[in-house]
Amino acid sequence: MRIDAKGMHYRPLNKIIREAAASGEKEFELDNIGGQRYIGTGLNDSIKITINGTPGNDLGAFMNGPKIIVNANAQDGIANTMNAGEIVIHGSVGDIIGYGMRGGKLYIKGDAGYRVGIHMKEYKKQVPVIIAGGTAGDFFGEYMAGGIMILLGMNGKAPLVGDYVGTGMHGGVIYIRGKVDPYHIGKEVSCLELGEEDMKLIGAYLKEYCELFGFDFNEVMGGKFTKLVPLSLRPYGSMYVY
Amino acid sequence: MKIDGIPSGCAISGIMSEEGRRIDGSVIIKSIACMHDRSNGLGGGFAAYGIYPKRKDQYAFHMMYDNIESKEATEEFFKDAFNVDKDEPIPTFRENGISNPPILWRYFLEVPENRLKFITERDYVMKTVMKINSEIEGAFVASSGKDMGAFKGVGYPEDIGKFYKLEDYSAYIWTAHGRFPTNTPGWWGGAHPFTLLDWSVVHNGEISSYGINKRYLEMFGYRLELRTDTEVIAYLFDLLVRRHKFSTDRAIMALATPFWKDIDRMEPEQKKIAIAIRQVYGSTLLNGPFSIIIGHSNGMIGLNDRIKLRPMTAARKDDMLYMASEESAIREIAPDLDEVWSPKAGTAVIGALRDVE
Amino acid sequence: MESQLPAEFVVDVDYEKCRRCKRCVMNCSFSALEFKDKVTPNHRQCVACHRCATFCPESAITIHENPLAYRYGYNWTPEIRKNILKQAESGGIILTGMGNPKPYPIYWDHMLIDACQVTNPSIDPLREPMELRTYLGAKPECLEFNSDASLKTELAPQVKIDIPVVFAAMSYGAISLNAHKALAMAAKRMGTLMNTGEGGLHEDIAGYSDNIIVQVASGRFGVTSKYLNNSAIVEIKIGQGAKPGIGGHLPGEKVGEDISKTRMIPAGTDALSPAPHHDIYSIEDLSQLIYAIKEATDYRKPVSVKIAAVHNVAAIASGIVRAGADIVVIDGFRGGTGAAPMIIRDHVGIPVELALAAVDDRLRQEGIRNRASILVGGSIRQSADVVKAIALGADACIIGTASLIAMGCRVCQKCYTGNCAWGIATQKPELVRRLNPEVASDRLCNLLSAWGHEIQEVLGSLGINAIESLRGSRERLRGVGLGQEALDILGIKHAGIGQ
Repeated sequence: MRIDAKGMHYRPLNKIIREAAASGEKEFELDNIGGQRYIGTGLNDSIKITINGTPGNDLGAFMNGPKIIVNANAQDGIANTMNAGEIVIHGSVGDIIGYGMRGGKLYIKGDAGYRVGIHMKEYKKQVPVIIAGGTAGDFFGEYMAGGIMILLGMNGKAPLVGDYVGTGMHGGVIYIRGKVDPYHIGKEVSCLELGEEDMKLIGAYLKEYCELFGFDFNEVMGGKFTKLVPLSLRPYGSMYVY
Repeated sequence: MKIDGIPSGCAISGIMSEEGRRIDGSVIIKSIACMHDRSNGLGGGFAAYGIYPKRKDQYAFHMMYDNIESKEATEEFFKDAFNVDKDEPIPTFRENGISNPPILWRYFLEVPENRLKFITERDYVMKTVMKINSEIEGAFVASSGKDMGAFKGVGYPEDIGKFYKLEDYSAYIWTAHGRFPTNTPGWWGGAHPFTLLDWSVVHNGEISSYGINKRYLEMFGYRLELRTDTEVIAYLFDLLVRRHKFSTDRAIMALATPFWKDIDRMEPEQKKIAIAIRQVYGSTLLNGPFSIIIGHSNGMIGLNDRIKLRPMTAARKDDMLYMASEESAIREIAPDLDEVWSPKAGTAVIGALRDVE
Repeated sequence: MESQLPAEFVVDVDYEKCRRCKRCVMNCSFSALEFKDKVTPNHRQCVACHRCATFCPESAITIHENPLAYRYGYNWTPEIRKNILKQAESGGIILTGMGNPKPYPIYWDHMLIDACQVTNPSIDPLREPMELRTYLGAKPECLEFNSDASLKTELAPQVKIDIPVVFAAMSYGAISLNAHKALAMAAKRMGTLMNTGEGGLHEDIAGYSDNIIVQVASGRFGVTSKYLNNSAIVEIKIGQGAKPGIGGHLPGEKVGEDISKTRMIPAGTDALSPAPHHDIYSIEDLSQLIYAIKEATDYRKPVSVKIAAVHNVAAIASGIVRAGADIVVIDGFRGGTGAAPMIIRDHVGIPVELALAAVDDRLRQEGIRNRASILVGGSIRQSADVVKAIALGADACIIGTASLIAMGCRVCQKCYTGNCAWGIATQKPELVRRLNPEVASDRLCNLLSAWGHEIQEVLGSLGINAIESLRGSRERLRGVGLGQEALDILGIKHAGIGQ
């Protein structure tokens, strides 16, 4: 199904998608998208949505299965509380990406804004993954409780990542391709070297990622990564007295 | 003008010719006088429709003034707000024991066209009524409709009727009220009927839901300065029927709403409407004991509370519709009736002009 | 460091009565009783939860406040001195449970309800209908009809409750699964709602979806599109009365296998749900989340927003309504909690009575009161409080602590320890077992039935037979012992003034 969304409000647009998906439509291509919010939000079906234009906030919020491809930059709140599915952004994204995300993949070609992956969680086999090809702002992985985040810095911009990386982190793992000044890192986090297991883990995701965006896999993997993990599952355990 | 609230017991009566025949005021006086013992001499009043046929397109304002200053202030305001076509004292007969009346004056007003750019004519008139009652010290609008008027004061209703020389007026709808207030403010404006535009209400009983009815109306710009429950009835009808465009039946479904147990048994479409009305208009429900007669230009509505805690009898004879607190008050003026009945709780008796011009 | 703190309570065992059955020892979950030849109290551990005294077959146990005298000081109260000792020993933030116990004025107790005498009659609730049914959700300003008399206006989703009392949000984690089950069963039986709190929805109560409010808090625990749709109402938690501006924090030791599954986090991890939501830094962000939830539920569920009563609550509530919320929940400063820093619980926020009055007034002034239902909580202790809240303008009340007490809670304020002897605020299987969900549910139903009848009694004495005639009818309240300022805020007259 191809929809020309020029001048369309999000509510009728999403209604069309919701209803068509419910009656079996599998592929959607949305043209002239300009700021429509909540595309893919709350959808459970295994459908594919291709977006031409810049979608509005909360793209794929509460999403549970669909695949979304954005052929442009995207805005704030992508993959908010997303449960499963895949979002591919052929550009950069705004703030608060993958908030509370607990499953599926979010692949960003360019930069990510502030507060990426806050409250990201995992449960058993359900492990969310966010990869951004460029840089990221402050509070990367704040309160992170699970999942995998990889930041590549392929465009050579500095700083690679903002302040307070992983502050309050108590689960999951962050891989950053490059050196991170300890000054930028939250006090609940420890920096480690990558082991063989780590390289195998990120290799699997990065192979797929590089194919999508046309990066050279060997070049990506050849970089020097830093691994950040939480010091404790209970970062604030000793702050209180009963 | 400031008064205390007045809980009251009362007598009410209403007569209407659905053919639009005009009947002189001595008839309604006779009917309400029959129920003398239901009032205590502290308030009586009448509403009459069709009394100014020559000026039926003008708003007839019946005014009560405490003093000459309030009259001057109001007239200054009228000059600015309206085209005043005519003003005169309301004729009275002063030798029947009615004491200390305020200055009673009536005005025939037209709304200047240039005032109606952003507001309908009736909303404009409503706002001026609210403004006078709440902002001009000592002035009170007794009525403000077209081709109708309210005549009320402190005294037994039959005396008030004679005081206003109602035998000289003829109307196709008359309603009357004899009052039994349980305290004695002795204020003329506090007598029934209460009116707004062409709505008038005479009321027996007390609205126990007054507090929320008032706060609800305030959300829609009504100013309830009189602190009396009857006022809310007039305003609720104005809101529902005039502004929200409800039919009379729908308005009554809001004001004397069916019980949930009955709603739950209704047919689906009717049920959907009833539930929606209760959900949206719950604050308009008139709760507590009441029987009321509402007059308006095209008819008369009689209504009881939903468990019928106040009395009401209705009757018909030819083109005439009668309603009163007691059957005797109807028999007094129409001994020979086609039909007499006791309206059910929460069910309206509706009189309508047959050929509305 | 050896503690210098004296015991709070002294446990007194009457050894003449005691027949050494050890039932008290087995029942004490705070290790305050041991058996060493005889029942031996460890006074320091006692929290006065009454479990031992309740289950002693000989009534041999009594608990006293420790009579240890402190030199009188109006300023340096024993409590303040003890808190300083505690912090000097630990360096920690003092944590506590339940609601604010301080002697701030309780405005409910300064308001009296009207009754009818002669001029308007009271109604006998035993034989006349007395309607408590309430619908929660946004109402349009007016209804429109089509020319064929059918209804043209499409109403936003409405949720019916048969009694204007709803169980407050308490998460599975803060309280036990058996407590959650009891609340869900009682809500269903009584035609009202329970609230999952922010800990997700356990599969055992998923079947009660018509009677469940599911909460979305900053931690987003267990929030999926399935969760959002498995509900009567979706609630965004911004704050709670016990700890305005402070988040939730379920310590890792309480996150066992079952909770880990419900919250969808690994066992043993802290479940941190801080204030704020990191995707809400302004009112338009709240609107964005409200509509994200509406999109995810296809506009079929009312969206509620819960806030703590704070100084500027009226303007905040107005913003929330304008942001698209169908329901606003206001939680007063006496609201309970499983765990909160004492400094916040005891010193932050405002009384819900004043907050409610201010919010209802503000929404009416702006002509938007119809756009959202108002629920209030934060220490609704009795049906009289419910009546007064509704007269001030609430659509319904939420009860947390009262519902816990109904299930057996003794308000010992030790919820955060996870040692609840009554099986309510604990996750220890051997303690959770103590709470029989069926019995607890019966007790909750009894409480609601009793309150329902009491509310009907009051309606009858007020001469009205539908709750909507009470809602916002402040004319039926009078203040006693209140200053003019409080009366003005509450919008009520002082007792002695007539209509």
